[in-house]
Amino acid sequence: MKQPTLRHVLQPKWRTALQRLREERGRGWGRPVTLAIVGAAFWIAAYGVLYRILKYFRGVEELGPLLAAKLLGLVLLSFVSILILSNVVTALSSFFLARDLDLLVSSPVDWLRLYLAKLGETLLHSSWMVALTAIPILTAYGVIYHGGWLFAPYAVLTIAPLLVLPAVVGSAITLVLVNIFPARRTRDLLSIIALGAAGGVVLLFRLVRPERLARPEGFRNLLDFITVLRTPTSPLLPSEWATQAIMSQLRGAFDPLPLALLWTTAAGFVTLGALMHRELFAQGFTKAQEGAERFVRGGFWRWTIGTALRPLPVAKREFILKDIRLFFRDTTQWSQLILLGVLVVVYIFNVKALPLFSGEQIPHFYVTLVSFLNLGLSGFVLASIAARFIFPAISLEGRHMWLLRSSPLDLRALLWSKYWVGTVPLLGLALVLTGVTNVLLKVPPFMMVVSLAAISGLTLAIAAMALGFGALYPQFETENAAQIPTSFGGLVFMMATIVLLAGVILVLSGPVSVYLNSLYTGRAVAMNARMVGAFAVAAGICAAATVVPLRVGLQKMESFEF
Amino acid sequence: MIRLENLTKLYGSFVAVDDITLRVGRGELFGFLGPNGAGKTTTLRMIAGILRPSAGRILIGDDDVHQSPLAAKQQLGFIPDRPFVYEKLTGAEFLRFVAGLYGQEGESIERRIAELLEVFELTSWRDELVEAYSHGMRQKLIISSALIHRPACIVVDEPMVGLDPKAARLLKDIFRQFVGRGGTVLMSTHTLEVAEAMCDRIAIMQHGKIAACGSMDELRRQTAAGNVSLEELFLRLTGGVQVRELAEVLGGSP
Repeated sequence: MKQPTLRHVLQPKWRTALQRLREERGRGWGRPVTLAIVGAAFWIAAYGVLYRILKYFRGVEELGPLLAAKLLGLVLLSFVSILILSNVVTALSSFFLARDLDLLVSSPVDWLRLYLAKLGETLLHSSWMVALTAIPILTAYGVIYHGGWLFAPYAVLTIAPLLVLPAVVGSAITLVLVNIFPARRTRDLLSIIALGAAGGVVLLFRLVRPERLARPEGFRNLLDFITVLRTPTSPLLPSEWATQAIMSQLRGAFDPLPLALLWTTAAGFVTLGALMHRELFAQGFTKAQEGAERFVRGGFWRWTIGTALRPLPVAKREFILKDIRLFFRDTTQWSQLILLGVLVVVYIFNVKALPLFSGEQIPHFYVTLVSFLNLGLSGFVLASIAARFIFPAISLEGRHMWLLRSSPLDLRALLWSKYWVGTVPLLGLALVLTGVTNVLLKVPPFMMVVSLAAISGLTLAIAAMALGFGALYPQFETENAAQIPTSFGGLVFMMATIVLLAGVILVLSGPVSVYLNSLYTGRAVAMNARMVGAFAVAAGICAAATVVPLRVGLQKMESFEF
Repeated sequence: MIRLENLTKLYGSFVAVDDITLRVGRGELFGFLGPNGAGKTTTLRMIAGILRPSAGRILIGDDDVHQSPLAAKQQLGFIPDRPFVYEKLTGAEFLRFVAGLYGQEGESIERRIAELLEVFELTSWRDELVEAYSHGMRQKLIISSALIHRPACIVVDEPMVGLDPKAARLLKDIFRQFVGRGGTVLMSTHTLEVAEAMCDRIAIMQHGKIAACGSMDELRRQTAAGNVSLEELFLRLTGGVQVRELAEVLGGSP
């Protein structure tokens, strides 16, 4: 039988991508322009930082190229580690849970084509972001070391096998795991492992305080330092081959060996991966369709939250209980709390590691300033969390909207329940985050009260905006909740919260500067009408940013048609 | 044409399909009936090569679905109960894609696509994205995709769901003509009238086993039921419902 070409098997994917592009174009320029601006800003920022660092390295004689190579090696190594993790998770969806598998597996497409098509899909889905991030980094290397125009295709030639290798390894790990555990249980395991590992890496990286390595006095002598720089992370790592390939080209001493190693290893791994797929896929795919046999008997939430919410009407109570249960029964949702916990620890650690208390006593002036700016940063962290957990709430309800709309549940009750389910934990986190960092910074009582009150008002507003924008830009077709915040609506929400944070901080900067001034001059703080007015305006902004988005969201929800 | 030999499927300790042996010949329209959870869909998915049996084997013609899957699947058209269609392809693109999976392309396939879309009254929708199709239209498209490569047998799970009466009638005619020309259809359905009117033979599944199998007359003989309808036979074989319990569940009038 004549087998379809790989291009044919992948046809629905690229046609879908093209169609989406066409639809985007039809919707006007607002969205692509916003995305282009945000993307360009990120690229320019990444390029700018790398350019500065590399320019500095280039100025250092002897050590400069070694430092640049070491940095590239570390960047590529972290890319490979991230890629393996993300490929493991993506492979589970594309090889075992995708909805087109029934069609592909029941048709006479041979195992090799199926493997290559799904490997390509996995690679593309998990690597595009890393590939895009690599562009400004490699561009900076090319510009600083005068790589010339040929450097661009050469870099693509070097990075391509570096993307293939983690895809093959990630898919193979998933293949083995799915053969051992049922797919849905594997997904649970993977999301915990992946997030745990990512959290661990972030924590470890922060706790070793890499900034200390920049101080050469930590090394016994220069020779030790150079020896460390010269030694590759590991000569067996593909990221090291890619580093050698790129740096040799940039130094003008082209060495074909690392490139050959990369390509032959990639080809060898694809062959091995394909053979593993032939042996294990059918069994794994069958297991993937079996349930995880999980029986849920516990009435924990009913006894705890259910009892606490007894004064509420039954519809609201059941709705809140439903949301909490769904959240904690979906491993992909709650496991993100691990990462969140790690980020909070890193955040607090960063505040603690600030060099404010080293050496001589720093005046209250700086401490107050830092704690005030900390308000903006905490607000941004809370907005990111709200984007991940509260923004998708309405979208995730989409497929069940027929049930909700056909039931006598008032949409206001739905919105109310969703708002408080999201807001209460967010407010708790906000108060802990601000309170603990303020205690670490040893801020005066005035700033403690101002920042706790401000962060409370901001949290109420941020949660309402997340819900409101989530209703304005729903993503009913997306199955994965983690993808919803990265949509256009998510971006608009984040921009709106930045405006809110900037507005509130600007208004509060009046009274805070009065306070700082009195600290500086040593006079007592006088609460005057201007100060009270500023606090009232800040409270007014927060109240408006809470009420208006909820109202608009409700109106939008009432217009939903299914 | 389709042979199931001691077919068994276990989900952990749960026996979904329990040692089924069955033979469906050429030119036969065979119906699978059974209550929800009886194992019909699992059996059909094993025949389509989507699920691996825990024991036993499946032959399409002379080809074992798991030993020589490509040859077996080449002869098969499968219509699942909850079909997936690529939302962002047009109807014609989807059919062309499926034909390609069976190694077919070119002018003959273009003619075949036009022919099938015409038969199912989808011609004016051929260049519309599938996301704009109604449920019934998607069902028609899926059925067209199962016929595109001119299979020798069709395995179909709940074919009538979502079809309007005209399309349902059309499908019945297509299946009858298909078996009239030597094709084989194996379908599961909950619509007993359809099974009674269309199927040459019927198997009633219960708890993963075949509780009874044969033509309507043979089923009546096996159950010593006299001249009763298929619905009556089905309820006798599968336990039926307890009228008293039903009354209790429904409660009094409001």
